[in-house]
Amino acid sequence: MGIKGISEEEFKDNESLELLKEPGSGIFLTKIDDVINWGRKNSLWPLTFATSCCGIEMMATGAPRHDFARFGMEVYRASPRQADVIVVAGTIVNKMAPVLKRLYDQMSEPKYVVAMGACAISGGPFFLNSYYTVKGVDHVIPVDVYVPGCPPRPEALLYGMLQLQRRIKAESILSRKKRNESHDVK
Amino acid sequence: MDNIQLEQFIKSLDNDLDIKLGKQFPEVTVPASKLYYIARQLREREEALFDFLFCLTGVDYGSELGVTYHLRSTRYGHSVVLKVRTTDRENPEFQSVTNIWKTAEFHEREVFDLLGIKFTGHPDLRRLFLESSFGFPLRKDYSDDVNVVTR
Repeated sequence: MGIKGISEEEFKDNESLELLKEPGSGIFLTKIDDVINWGRKNSLWPLTFATSCCGIEMMATGAPRHDFARFGMEVYRASPRQADVIVVAGTIVNKMAPVLKRLYDQMSEPKYVVAMGACAISGGPFFLNSYYTVKGVDHVIPVDVYVPGCPPRPEALLYGMLQLQRRIKAESILSRKKRNESHDVK
Repeated sequence: MDNIQLEQFIKSLDNDLDIKLGKQFPEVTVPASKLYYIARQLREREEALFDFLFCLTGVDYGSELGVTYHLRSTRYGHSVVLKVRTTDRENPEFQSVTNIWKTAEFHEREVFDLLGIKFTGHPDLRRLFLESSFGFPLRKDYSDDVNVVTR
């Protein structure tokens, strides 16, 4: 008996299977923070939310060429209830701001925000002489990662998302509540 | 019709109108009182048949406010520009052309929203984008120290 290219002795080496039944096997030690963060950072589901041209780049990032899915961000959720991260891709005007705030509030914890592009960071090209643009989305919701560009290339967004993963990795369940304090309505 | 024939045609409607040629489209400056009549004639006369209002723009000239209408005939392919102006900045008002070109309904609402020009005879003249308490931000004398950052 045997398979071509695999020596017969290897078929007799089944000790590793038995090892799993030994007392004390199948256990490894880690911190609860590390396990939770590992799980969270590897399945970040973004919300389908794009208000202008940055959205096109975000779609390109999700498409096969750049393929966000490699890092576990494949599923764009159409409902904020199921999303972990909101990528603010585009200009936010005063009328849109309450809607954005509501979407953010509807997301369940833990939730993250990526400000993508000049408009979301500071109002960008609409910073000067504009009467109806929100000058930076951080006036409305707390931002974790800023991705500069007008619009940023997919590589830049991907880099930003990887930075967000790093941030999640460094998080602790004890300190998470602090991040919302700056934007909580008292 | 080419531009010169158009000029003659419009002169035949009203001899007092100021018509400028030389640009892409002939420009007709119409007094506000005659606007509706001229527009209706341009739409309905068989030889002109301007059935398509492809652009309606509100303009702030500084001392005056005005509206510019770009018209085209989809049958003949000719175009013309109508311009009206008013010096009344407090209460600018023109006759609405919504029952000539349906598309004007939305455009006139936008002009009203951003420049505060009223259109009499418009079926639903409400603000389009902004809240009713907002000013008219595309006017030259608009100022907002809170939201607008200037260099």
